[in-house]
Amino acid sequence: MQAITSVTRSESGFATGLRAGTSIAIGYMPVALTFGLLARTTGLTVFEAILMSMLVFAGAAQYITLSLLAIGTGALEIIFTIFIVNIRHLLMSASINERVTEDSVWKKALYAFGITDETFTVAATKSGNVTTGYMFGLCLISYTSWVVFTGAGYMVGASLPGVIQQGMSVALYAMFVGLLVPSSKKSRKVIILAGLAALLNSFFSYLSISTGWSIVLATLLSSVLVEIVMGRKENV
Amino acid sequence: MSSTMLLIIVGMAVVTYIPRMVPLVFFNSDHIPASLQNILKNVPFAILGALIFPGILTIHEDMTFGLIGAAVAFITAYLGANLIVVVMTSVGALSVYAYFFL
Repeated sequence: MQAITSVTRSESGFATGLRAGTSIAIGYMPVALTFGLLARTTGLTVFEAILMSMLVFAGAAQYITLSLLAIGTGALEIIFTIFIVNIRHLLMSASINERVTEDSVWKKALYAFGITDETFTVAATKSGNVTTGYMFGLCLISYTSWVVFTGAGYMVGASLPGVIQQGMSVALYAMFVGLLVPSSKKSRKVIILAGLAALLNSFFSYLSISTGWSIVLATLLSSVLVEIVMGRKENV
Repeated sequence: MSSTMLLIIVGMAVVTYIPRMVPLVFFNSDHIPASLQNILKNVPFAILGALIFPGILTIHEDMTFGLIGAAVAFITAYLGANLIVVVMTSVGALSVYAYFFL
């Protein structure tokens, strides 16, 4: 009886995760279609393009790889660059680790693969517990969209009408805004955290620091400074 | 598939997976000092700010494109719309804008 109850509970977490991930799946569509298309023009085979999306599952990293391949960069340099670009996942993984319900190591190791800017921000701004089932649902629908639309982009190109393609380029940004606004209505601290990080990120980008590092530095500095200045007064 | 390409993809996969996995698998919340826990709880909101800005200004050569998208998303979200509605409204508004003005 106990087993049945626990299965039902984890299934509902999974379903909630799937639903929460729908926005990500929609947002990934134009990004993955374009990646597939660019992979073909860069000279990758369809298997290479899909395999990259299946094994790496990181948009910025995959785009950067294409541009590095195009200028003939060597394998080790590419791998090192990708390591640097994705170091911010360390921060996200450590942060979501504070929110997830404890579970077996292998399950956490499995859904850890699905941590991206998008799955992380959706899970981390969710109210209540972040269960293993939720993480699986959230990551699975996002991952499926990423892989399927990579293949579609490679084979049929970006076949959506031009104006809709242009419109869809805002999807992930709109999602980030949609995640931030409800939390900032409830807490002044959230507004300060996001505003400060946006300001710092603009400053670092202006200094021509690479996007990956710029986001990591802005996020860390903002999180630390806000904790120092107003840590004891308010909680997020 | 060339073996170099396979090496690149597998190498990318490994160096991308490790930072995603290590904290979740090896960090134990109980042993992390409270101040560091608070900093980690600040991260989602800070990273949202950094992910949105200035990136949203660069999605199109026409900077107002991103600004309109941000404004529509902000208003629909502020009115309490569901996340998918926020996303689809912004996409729709910009598709209309692109149709008439670009």
